Amino acid sequence: MSETKALESMIGEEYKYGFTTDIEYEDFPSGINEDIVRLISEKKNEPEWMTEFRLKAYRAWVEMEEPSWFNATYEKPKFDTLQYYSAPKNKPKLNSLDEVDPNIRETYEKLGIPLDEQKMLAGVAVDAVFDSISIFTSFKEKLAEAGVIFCSISEAVQDHPELIKKYMGSVVPARDNFYAALNSAVFSDGSFCYVPKDTICPMELSTYFRINNMNSGQFERTLIIAEENSHVSYLEGCTAPVYDENQLHAAVVELIALDNAEIKYSTIQNWYSGDENGKGGIYNFVTKRGACRGKNSKISWTQLETGSVVTLKYPSVILQGDNSVGEFFSVAVTNKMQQADTGTKMIHIGKNTKSTIISKGISAGRSNNSYRGEVKISKKADNARNYSQCDSMLIGQTCGAHTFPYIESANPTGKIEHEATTSRVGEDQIFYLQQRGISEDDAISLIVNGFCKEVLKELPMEFAVEANKLLGIKLEGSVG
Amino acid sequence: MLELKNLHAEVEGEGIEILKGVNLKVSKGEIHAIMGPNGSGKSTLSKVVAGHPHYEVTKGDILYNGESILEMDPDERAHAGIFLAFQYPVEVPGVTNTTLLRESYNTIAASRGREELDPLEFDDYIKEKLSLVEMNPDFLERSVNTGFSGGEKKRNEIFQMAVLQPTLSLLDETDSGLDIDALRIVSDGINKLHGDHDAIVLITHYQRLLNYIIPDHVHVMINGRIVKTGGKELALELEEKGYDWLESLETVNGEAK
Ligand SMILES: Nc1ncnc2c1ncn2[C@@H]1O[C@H](COP(=O)(O)OP(=O)(O)OP(=O)(O)O)[C@@H](O)[C@H]1O
Ligand SMILES: [Mg+2]
Repeated sequence: MSETKALESMIGEEYKYGFTTDIEYEDFPSGINEDIVRLISEKKNEPEWMTEFRLKAYRAWVEMEEPSWFNATYEKPKFDTLQYYSAPKNKPKLNSLDEVDPNIRETYEKLGIPLDEQKMLAGVAVDAVFDSISIFTSFKEKLAEAGVIFCSISEAVQDHPELIKKYMGSVVPARDNFYAALNSAVFSDGSFCYVPKDTICPMELSTYFRINNMNSGQFERTLIIAEENSHVSYLEGCTAPVYDENQLHAAVVELIALDNAEIKYSTIQNWYSGDENGKGGIYNFVTKRGACRGKNSKISWTQLETGSVVTLKYPSVILQGDNSVGEFFSVAVTNKMQQADTGTKMIHIGKNTKSTIISKGISAGRSNNSYRGEVKISKKADNARNYSQCDSMLIGQTCGAHTFPYIESANPTGKIEHEATTSRVGEDQIFYLQQRGISEDDAISLIVNGFCKEVLKELPMEFAVEANKLLGIKLEGSVG
Repeated sequence: MLELKNLHAEVEGEGIEILKGVNLKVSKGEIHAIMGPNGSGKSTLSKVVAGHPHYEVTKGDILYNGESILEMDPDERAHAGIFLAFQYPVEVPGVTNTTLLRESYNTIAASRGREELDPLEFDDYIKEKLSLVEMNPDFLERSVNTGFSGGEKKRNEIFQMAVLQPTLSLLDETDSGLDIDALRIVSDGINKLHGDHDAIVLITHYQRLLNYIIPDHVHVMINGRIVKTGGKELALELEEKGYDWLESLETVNGEAK
């Protein structure tokens, strides 16, 4: 039907972040073996224990099989021709903005993220990661006054080895899964954040990941530790240029919350999602997990997933501490040929632990959007509670939405509630709004924003506007 | 103001003809009532005038202020002052009544070169309109029609009409679902909104509504065509006799079957 076609075509506006930055890269051999892993470690001037960590992970990875249990089909990444390390030649010393390659600075300006502290959103500290290398971290001094450490993982390995040794791999062990093992072997950089006891982090922290190099895989590593009675809110944003080839992005994020600590982790993911025929785009195979180690601790994941051609991602919370709370708020938009298999795991171990899952999937074009969630209540988790709500919205007739909830309860006092709905953006809904004078584009935007409202309001305020804009870009366009 | 000329329409892509040659002329300041049996095409007529993409006009024309509007999108027709109160108002979860109405009001205002209202001004403006249909302000912050009772949805439609101030209002069975008091309140509201510069087309099954809102003309629609037109008294006659006696008119006229 013509109307449906119009609906479908409008959803595909061009990707605005698809430009490439012309800079020189350090030479680095492609492919992977123990020597390459050592070379990465050497490039980064790492201590022996770090090299060992990597090698162990590499050896585990070699033994592992690439998983294929998810609801997505794609051409497998070519692990033996991939480049596992990529760094701009003029890598600055991260001390002053003046040392950042002007081309890279311009890239961030174009993305709407000025690195100049004066120009930045008030109250947001940014770590800019370009092709897996941290380029610049702003507001470092101000954060240091509060005792908060916010720097690149590479710096943390040098300057805070005791923290890295203690926590890295403690939530996502190297052997956890295929991509986590690979990441543990070859990770290049990422963000590190440590919030000491009794501290409320004075500003939002955020990392902007930018993939530029066409041939390199992206393996970032993020580690956030919130000590007793501390609080931190963190946001990551991601964009990449348009290339015909698929690029692999396999990050690992670990969060640790001790007694009464709270970590709020938000993601706005807008990697390049390929063209109408599914050519190009990022493979987003990420392992994100938080551990509520302390009693009364809380970890919230909020994600707005709009990009990538294939996304496999299940930000999870291990609820170890008594009375700890885990939350997962997600909006996943797929369009064109995108495939997303995303959801969460809530593992209840402590007593009186509580988890909430709100997932909103929007599928358009010929895309496929799956929610996969696991709620597990272990034997000792008396009075554990979970509430899950998974809503899917379909736009047009050629997309798919699926829900795979897994529930496992070993304790009879546990309560698990699950609700799921599927709706279609109907012609009648659009006609109703158009009859009220609202254009077709705006009508879809209104309907989708209404559908996602519960999740969008969980994003830090500074980014709410950005999120709305992104949904708009993703779902509006010229009516064909 | 509105002129339908031998209007034929079918379900797009399926070739099922529903409107089979409708002729109707509505002038400024008038109130018309359209009655007729279930499935005769009354709602379809109102949707076709408002531009619903599901129906295709295969023959004839719709003139609005003397010009054909067949090529106009539904939102453009709304900008031009056409308003449809739906028989089955649609739910829009997560979008509040205020959000929808402010966006509607301002888009329509902009398209007509009128001044847009900022959120505070708009707040005052709609509070005043609420009282016209005696609607509880709580409804402003609720999602559009979501979980509204049948009667509440109908009242909400007329509230929207009050806010948007259309020049041609098509009210599709607004009376169905309203309780006795609500019917009186909503009818009073419609009467207050009506003046010399706008026109109203009421679709209804019940002559009772027409005691509150007095029509200038009453039309009977059967099987996709208007088969009889009269004054207010025609409604009384229909109430008494039903539609059977008119079914024959439809075939006498020929072309319909
Ligand atoms: N999209 C559609 N596909 C198929 N048939 C349709 C469609 N829309 C309307 N019809 C049919 O057209 C006829 C007229 O429907 P319409 O809703 O206009 O009737 P109505 O006069 O408003 O009836 P009521 O008094 O019950 O509201 C009905 O037989 C209906 O089933
Ligand atoms: Mg009807």
